[in-house]
Amino acid sequence: MEDLSRFKQTYFDESAELLAVAESGLLRLTPGEVDSDEVNAIFRAVHSIKGGGGAFGFTELVAFAHEFETVMDGVRNTSIPVTTELVDTLIRANDVLGQMLAYAREEAAAPPGTTDDTVAALRRHLAGGPAEAAAPEPAPTAQPAAYPDDEDDEAGIFGDAMVAISAAREAEEGTAGAAAPVPEGKLRWTITFRPKPDLLLSGNEPTFMLRALRRLGDATIDCDLRSLPPLQALEAELLYLSWTVTLIADPDVDQEKINDVFEFVADECDIRIAVEAPVPAVAAPPAVQTSTDPVPVSAAPPPVPAAAAKPPEAAKGEPAKPRANGGGGGGGEHAGLTSHTIRVDLDKIDRLVNMVGEMVITQAMIAEHVRDLPPGEFQELLEGLEQLAQHTRELRESVMSIRAQPVSSVFSRMPRLVRECAAATGKEVQLVTSGETTEVDKTVVENLVDPLTHMIRNSIDHGLEGPEERERIGKPRAGTVHLSAQHRSGRIVIEITDDGRGINRPKVLSKAIEKGLVQPGASLSDEEIDNLIFLPGFSTADQVSNLSGRGVGMDVVRRNISSLGGRIGVYSAPGEGSRFVLSLPLTLAVLDGMVISVGEERFVLPLTNIVESLRPKAADLHGLVGKCDVMMARGEYVRLVYLHQLFGIPKAVTDPTRALVVLVETEDGARLGLVVDEVLGQQQVVIKSLEANFRRLDGVAAATILGDGRVALILDVAGLREMSRHHDSGYSRPPDPGQAALPAALPSPALEPV
Amino acid sequence: MTTSTALTTIGSTRTDVMSVNASEEQYVTFTVGSEEYGVNILSVREIRGWTPESRLPNLPDYVRGVINLRGIIIPIFDLRARFGGGATQVTKRHVVVVIQVGERTRGILVDAISDILAIGHDSIKPPPDVDSGMVDAEYLSGLYTAENRMVTLLNVEKLFSTEAGEAADAAAARVPLALDKAH
Repeated sequence: MEDLSRFKQTYFDESAELLAVAESGLLRLTPGEVDSDEVNAIFRAVHSIKGGGGAFGFTELVAFAHEFETVMDGVRNTSIPVTTELVDTLIRANDVLGQMLAYAREEAAAPPGTTDDTVAALRRHLAGGPAEAAAPEPAPTAQPAAYPDDEDDEAGIFGDAMVAISAAREAEEGTAGAAAPVPEGKLRWTITFRPKPDLLLSGNEPTFMLRALRRLGDATIDCDLRSLPPLQALEAELLYLSWTVTLIADPDVDQEKINDVFEFVADECDIRIAVEAPVPAVAAPPAVQTSTDPVPVSAAPPPVPAAAAKPPEAAKGEPAKPRANGGGGGGGEHAGLTSHTIRVDLDKIDRLVNMVGEMVITQAMIAEHVRDLPPGEFQELLEGLEQLAQHTRELRESVMSIRAQPVSSVFSRMPRLVRECAAATGKEVQLVTSGETTEVDKTVVENLVDPLTHMIRNSIDHGLEGPEERERIGKPRAGTVHLSAQHRSGRIVIEITDDGRGINRPKVLSKAIEKGLVQPGASLSDEEIDNLIFLPGFSTADQVSNLSGRGVGMDVVRRNISSLGGRIGVYSAPGEGSRFVLSLPLTLAVLDGMVISVGEERFVLPLTNIVESLRPKAADLHGLVGKCDVMMARGEYVRLVYLHQLFGIPKAVTDPTRALVVLVETEDGARLGLVVDEVLGQQQVVIKSLEANFRRLDGVAAATILGDGRVALILDVAGLREMSRHHDSGYSRPPDPGQAALPAALPSPALEPV
Repeated sequence: MTTSTALTTIGSTRTDVMSVNASEEQYVTFTVGSEEYGVNILSVREIRGWTPESRLPNLPDYVRGVINLRGIIIPIFDLRARFGGGATQVTKRHVVVVIQVGERTRGILVDAISDILAIGHDSIKPPPDVDSGMVDAEYLSGLYTAENRMVTLLNVEKLFSTEAGEAADAAAARVPLALDKAH
């Protein structure tokens, strides 16, 4: 159901666009002159609205659109002359169509009689020149021209499907009459399935989907080879084919069933589905019998005889009135259907994002120059700049929000995955999701699929117990996997929680020792043991299964996540379950940072990580078992991490009482005191990739360009924490602990000219 | 085809005369100290004067740092340091050769640009059999004699793949397989 409503939304959005297309086309129609492109555009617009409306069962709307379309068809094949009066009527009809759409959108029935006047006027025009109207043009020849082969025309999704239908209709019935080609009691679906070229790379097989469609009814499958490249350009792993499936199915096959077939590949292909009932739209059956058409029925397109046959009903002398109505009420009626979304080419947005990025750099540059101005004198300039900074920030946020997408597009793939995993492992699993509407940048969403797939498989395969075992230990037979998303301090946090057995720490540890990942006899904290599962080559499954257990899962997950600037943590309680927490940036483009300096280098610390910065007194500093320094900050001991040591930076301030300590917090709440020389100021920075031309570095999340054009590295606080641990445990610690308090004990004099 | 002796004697004249020869390729040559190196001109994107770099932590000294090349960030490798000559003391006269290797753009810091040579395939001599511990011959694509100078032709792809630690990354990625086998 939810899927259908999404299609409906698309339909209404498209229809609003189409109405506008039709209206502007109508306004350009000049009496006496027929620009066939213009007329075709209007015809297609109306036709598409009708086609889509049919798919959703908006019968009144379809009936009206059909009348409208019939007249447009007459205009197109020049059987109806374009007069001012006609244009007025058509514009009025367009407005009414807008009204009908608005009613359909509200799911309200149009008040009876809404369309009567206009329909009458339309029919009058049809009847106006009956001799030619129905006559000479053998429509089938004109028809193909009306549906240009251009798939991206304004007719959009539904138009395209209708093209397919009309093509199919022509193919099947040739010039056969108005008889409905769909067998009684059946529905005809036209499904255009156009996969993206890399569909195969994700392990999907279109054959299965086509086969599944065939099971739904009587399917005719046409394969479209047009995009097949010449042999030498053919990439064996890419898919160049697309298919059009015409499916004659029983009425109990609904859109949902068809959508189900493509459920797994919905994001990786372009699917267009249109339905046709036995009696095409509204072509009122009696009309056919009473046809006064002098030409053999077979020569006319189905709709024309139907409507043309209607006796020209009275209502003369009205033509001026609709114009007045149309002009006056048009705007308001359309407003009811004003589209709430527009579709924009992604490239355009990216260009905008880049421009905003450059603007942020320029703004930072100005701010840097202004800082040197004598204070007080340029108060207004400074205030102006302050405002500019704020506007830039808002602009940036707005631009970023354009690219934001709800995570539901990823989450919605998981139920099927869970079902499959459960079947493969013989476990009973219930998936609970929450926070699907949480929005995050498109790139982040796209890159979440693989990690989440891995992790959910992992939770089911390794985390959950089998149903019998669960019953024995008093848990419900079905295990629960909870997938949630939420915004937390400027990041998106995704959690995967299971109520399984938790991480078996002794087993993990012994496996790690066995594989040489950990030295025998090493004493690791629970947290450290849990994190061993992220090491390359680690796998605890006793048997390598199809699902997971090749030992490439979790380390790949971690690498993927960290390449997105994210982090992953695991929390586990034996017997109660495990919780994996992913924390990712909301956007991959810009961040608020604090510029700091160490020696001659400058770095950017993400603002979200910073708690405060302070200059400690000697009395607050202590050595901890000769391993590291700790500082008392607000009643808590915090470990100090010397950035100059971690990064090997010369000429830095090494004495914390003369340097600054920036108190930082990782996503999982761990705090560190980062010892830096100076804090230079807050700034928005554009995130630039270091990996694009180089590679990832420990403790570095990305890089950026500062106002003076120099590159600065953006620090990764959790990475620094990791590094400092290795630093502390790996080396027999350079003689720093006391040095903090006693600057006399310099570790390497060569590096200490300060 | 001329013999190699003839080549040596006519030297750079040959460059002009035979530049249309299909079996020739052009090389940009540059100096580091007294040595001269060449890279295929097709991989050179631009040559620019030295601008101060930002250092990268915990990398060998030949990874000089990164610079901003019109909005993209590229790493700079110090060729002198790479060949064991210690870090270059940069001046404004030093030059960065910006090189495109596949998708990636990198810069190499050299002392000066010296020439552009058209070099025929058959005039490139294989590097001598040197102790692999002494010279990592992988990134040497050959030797060429221009007048009386020896030009060492570099295979930039190989040179950078080791420099950038990609080999190390690749090795890390292989670990699981190795372990599985051992298992």
